[in-house]
Amino acid sequence: MTRTILPGAIRPFVAFAALLRANGFAVAPEQTTAFLSAITVLGPRSLDDIRRAAHATLAPPAERREEFDALFDAHFLGSVELAREAAEPDTEELRVQEDRRGGFEPPASDDINEAGQAATAAEALSTRRFAPADEADTLRRFQRALPVHLPQRRGYRRLRARRGSGLDLRRAMQEMIRNDGEIFRLPRLRRKPRRRAILLIIDVSGSMKARTDAHLRFAHALVRAADRVEVFTIGTRLTRVTRALKLRNREQALGAASGLVSDWDGGTRIGDALQAFLAVPRFAGTARGAVVLILSDGLERGDPKAMTEAVRRLAARAWHLSWMTPLAADPGFRPETAALKSILPVVDALADGSSTQRLCHHVLTLAQAGAPYPSLSPSSFVMGRGSG
Amino acid sequence: MVVRAKVAGIDSPEALASALRGAYYLADDGLATAAYLALALGKPLLLEGAPGVGKTEAAKAISGVLGRRLIRLQCYEGIDAAAALYEWNYPRQMLAIRQAGDKPVDIYGDEFLIERPMLQALRAPDSAVLLLDEIDRSDHEFEALLLEFLSDFTISIPERGTLSARERPVVILTSNRTRELHEALRRRCVYHFISYPAPEREAQIIMLRASGVAEDTARAVVAAVGRLRREPLTKPPGIAEAVDWAEAATVLAKGGASWPDAFKRSIGVAIKDEEDHAHISPRLDAIITGAAA
Repeated sequence: MTRTILPGAIRPFVAFAALLRANGFAVAPEQTTAFLSAITVLGPRSLDDIRRAAHATLAPPAERREEFDALFDAHFLGSVELAREAAEPDTEELRVQEDRRGGFEPPASDDINEAGQAATAAEALSTRRFAPADEADTLRRFQRALPVHLPQRRGYRRLRARRGSGLDLRRAMQEMIRNDGEIFRLPRLRRKPRRRAILLIIDVSGSMKARTDAHLRFAHALVRAADRVEVFTIGTRLTRVTRALKLRNREQALGAASGLVSDWDGGTRIGDALQAFLAVPRFAGTARGAVVLILSDGLERGDPKAMTEAVRRLAARAWHLSWMTPLAADPGFRPETAALKSILPVVDALADGSSTQRLCHHVLTLAQAGAPYPSLSPSSFVMGRGSG
Repeated sequence: MVVRAKVAGIDSPEALASALRGAYYLADDGLATAAYLALALGKPLLLEGAPGVGKTEAAKAISGVLGRRLIRLQCYEGIDAAAALYEWNYPRQMLAIRQAGDKPVDIYGDEFLIERPMLQALRAPDSAVLLLDEIDRSDHEFEALLLEFLSDFTISIPERGTLSARERPVVILTSNRTRELHEALRRRCVYHFISYPAPEREAQIIMLRASGVAEDTARAVVAAVGRLRREPLTKPPGIAEAVDWAEAATVLAKGGASWPDAFKRSIGVAIKDEEDHAHISPRLDAIITGAAA
């Protein structure tokens, strides 16, 4: 197969695989081999053949297809140096996360926003280093406690168990053979409980500025501690930051996540952002049966109707939806804005999100939220649908 | 890696595309190339794309072209080896033991083995195409099981030993991208992302699938469906919906309804979600008249 081609002839194709790797695409050696075989099989008669072979065997993710094509063009049609220049180093986590298929236009003052982003990132880094010691401690304890405190659902897979509703015929048979056709005890199957997924939506608009860094630190702790967590930020845009937060080192993870978000401290269009979230089936699917936490003050600049509608649809998918606002720290707080009032009937809990301790406490007690959330502190009050 | 440039008389992507056309499936160059490569390289074909772009149809057409039977395994959350690989027929085994009395009996013979889709395909690699439909619905454990199967096409049955395929079976996987698949799974496969077809091609598909639909109707439906897909809908209409819509409108028009009215009254076959319906209904008139123009 590939041996029939001279080594000199395959060099550009192997170099292309290397170029892809240098630009953060995951290309395995077996994919390179498949790529070469594919080219051999196809002739190749034209550059289009090579391009299609590359698509089929090197499998670029759909959202990075354009970038892949640009690299392809640069490598096979133009200069390679150009492509290397265009690629920023060490940005795999960043690029993959960039998901702006939300379908709404960027804010009008884009330039100002870009500048603001840089400023915020720098500022965030400085505060992050001096994160209060007790907060770090809270998060550490939270991470340790979370796995056992997460709400659970019944799994779909039947596993062997001492007691259970189903009969394990396979094991019964094995036991009968062992005992000359007799059976003394019926082996059982049971649907083991599994932890529920968590969907965290963080409002990064201007009105939440003071809490955004703490919220991202909380998100990082959550992603590190539980296995099925999705994190999105909303402001004027919707950004998925889950993959960036999966980095172990907190400062690196937060740095990567901040780089993805381009709408720091902008306006708030919660309704539009949530509807954009629901319009992407891949994202909307993560809310199904999940614990949904929205960290936002609910100060909607856009049409409150859009927000109500989006929250209602989200709540219909979720197992439990908590709206956590920092404003609820004030004992005299009552939802006054039209937007917040209108979502009250559909959210399961409107709770105090004013500090990391409150957030952690709320999540850890969610498992008991089948019964209404126990109001352990006078500053956290709850109303909602009751059972989840 | 076994490379066969010619599979079932097909020696190029173009030959496969024209064979697929004979099976009433219009494949674009990308899909034809990917499918041809999968056959030639003996690798599984992984098709991703939004619901309703014709992933399962592509698998059916490919099995038709190859003249092989399609074995379909619909994945779901909680699917396990007993549903995908094999299962022993325990009641029969027990009866056989009781009947045999003192005589020795082999309860692991073929008559006690219930073949599930993946084992079926493994045992008949030259006469079957295995379709693993919507693998994104299954969970990670099942994906790991698939990896083992797809890399060397063997299944180990503890009581019988390892069964391996005489030759590599044709395997097609589809995914709706409701979650990301494991990188290793994508690596093992030849990959193609099916996007919505270009308007011209979609009109051809509609006329190929629904022979009673006039060309003007097909074009109008394609234009309207294209507009609907740009709206933030929960369930954007797929190709099947476009075909149904064209057919439904044609039926209503034959019954005496005027054209825009026929489109509007049959919207239920294209938009199948109450909320999407509410979202789109104020602008439906504009969309339909704009598309018919």
